[in-house]
Amino acid sequence: MAPVKVFGSAVFANAARVMACLEEVGLEYEVVEVDYTAKEHKGPQQLSKNPFGQIPAFQDGDTMLFESRAIAKYVLRKYSKPAQVDLLREGNPEEAAMVDVWTEVEAHTYLPAIAPIFYECVVYPARLGTSSNQKVVEESLEKLKKVLDVYEAHLSKNKYLYLAGDFFSFADLNHFPYTFYFMTTSHASLFDSYPSVKAWWGRLMARPSVKKISDGMVLRA
Amino acid sequence: MATPAVKVYGWAISPFVSRALLALEEAGVDYELVPMSRQAGDHRRPEHLARNPFEKVPVLEDGDLTLFESRAIARHVLRKHKPELLGTAGNLEQAALVDVWLEVEAHQLSPLAIAIVVECIFTPFLGRERNQAVVDENVEKLKKVLEVYEARLSQSKYLAGDFLSLADLSHFTIMHCFMATEYATLVEALPHVSAWWESLAARPATKKVAEFMPVGTAGAPQK
Repeated sequence: MAPVKVFGSAVFANAARVMACLEEVGLEYEVVEVDYTAKEHKGPQQLSKNPFGQIPAFQDGDTMLFESRAIAKYVLRKYSKPAQVDLLREGNPEEAAMVDVWTEVEAHTYLPAIAPIFYECVVYPARLGTSSNQKVVEESLEKLKKVLDVYEAHLSKNKYLYLAGDFFSFADLNHFPYTFYFMTTSHASLFDSYPSVKAWWGRLMARPSVKKISDGMVLRA
Repeated sequence: MATPAVKVYGWAISPFVSRALLALEEAGVDYELVPMSRQAGDHRRPEHLARNPFEKVPVLEDGDLTLFESRAIARHVLRKHKPELLGTAGNLEQAALVDVWLEVEAHQLSPLAIAIVVECIFTPFLGRERNQAVVDENVEKLKKVLEVYEARLSQSKYLAGDFLSLADLSHFTIMHCFMATEYATLVEALPHVSAWWESLAARPATKKVAEFMPVGTAGAPQK
C-alpha cells in the first residue's frame, strides 16, 4: 500500500499543519516538494490536486484532498485508532464542540493577527528581498496582544492545560505552525507577558510530533 | 410551551448569526433568538463577554454548553441533530469533502464576498463611503474563485458530492447578501453555480432565514 502523500514541504506552514497530524497518528507519509519560486503550485499538475493553486494538497490512494484543516481531520479520523490518539473527540459531543470552537478561533482570530508578522518579518524579506512594513507589524502586534489577553484569561481562569479543556486536541495543534514561525522573529518575547499562554506553547513544543516537524521549518528570520 | 433549551445571541442581519440560525432551521431544532444591538455595543458588555470573550456574535447556549464561532455552532447543531449534513453518515471521503468545501467557503470565497458586501451594503451603517477600489480588487479575485466552483458543480449536484451538506449551507447567508449587490451577475453568468444557488435559495429553511436578513431593503442598488 503506497504511503499517503503531502504535496508541499514543512517549510509551508499549512503543510506543516498536516504533517504534525500525520506524526501524531504515526502514519508513514511521503513529502512531494512543490517549487514555490517556480510557481509550480499554479501549474496544471498541482492545480489538478488543489484547484486554488495553494499548498498543501494530499493523496491517500484514490482520495485527493486540499485545504490543510480538512486534510488534517481526514487523517485523524481515519488513522487515530491504532495510535490511540483522539484529537477530534468526535465521540463526545461537548468536547468535540469545544475543539471546533478553538479551531475556528485559530483560523479566524488568532491567525489573522499573528500571520502578518511572520510574513512581514520572515517571508517577504526572504522571498522578495523587501524590508518589513513596520506599520503592518505594529498593527498586527496590537491585534495579537488583544487576542493573547483572551487566551491568557481563558487558560488561567479555567486552569486548563489546553484550549478545549484538559486534553490536548486538534485545536491546540492548529496553532503550532504559525506560532512556531512567529517565535523565530524578534517579537517572540511578547509571549513572556502571557505566562499561561507561554506555558501552553511550551507543552506544544515538547510534543515529539511538533519537535520533528518544526526541524523542517527552516524559513527563519 | 416550555422555553427552548437552545438560545442564540446576536443580530440576525449578520450572515454569521444567520449561519447559526440556518443550521438550527435545517435541523428542525426549537430555539430562541435573543436580539442584541450592534449600535448599542451589546457585544462589548460584560454579560456578553462572559459568553464570548472575543466580543463577537453569534453565541449559542445549548444546555450547559456555550459556543461561539458560527461554523463551530453549525457543526455542533448538525452533529447532534442531523449528522448526514456533515457527511459523517457516509464514508470518510464524504466527510472529508464536506470539510474541504467548508474550508473553501471560509478561506477562499467568504473573505472576498464579505469585503464586497461590506462596501456595497453596510458602509452606510459604518458611517463611511464605499471604497470602489476594494470592491474591484475583490471582484476580480472572486471571479477566479467562482470559476473553480463552476468546474466543481459541473461534476456534482452539491459541493461535497451529490448530497446536500453544511458545505453548501454555510455559503447561503453570505451569498444572500452578495446576491443583493450589483455583482450578483458574477453568479448569474455561471450556469452550474447559478443553478446551485437557486436550489439552495429555494429551501424552506433558507427562505425563512433570508427574511431575517432584509439586505435588499438596506440601500442596495436596485437591479
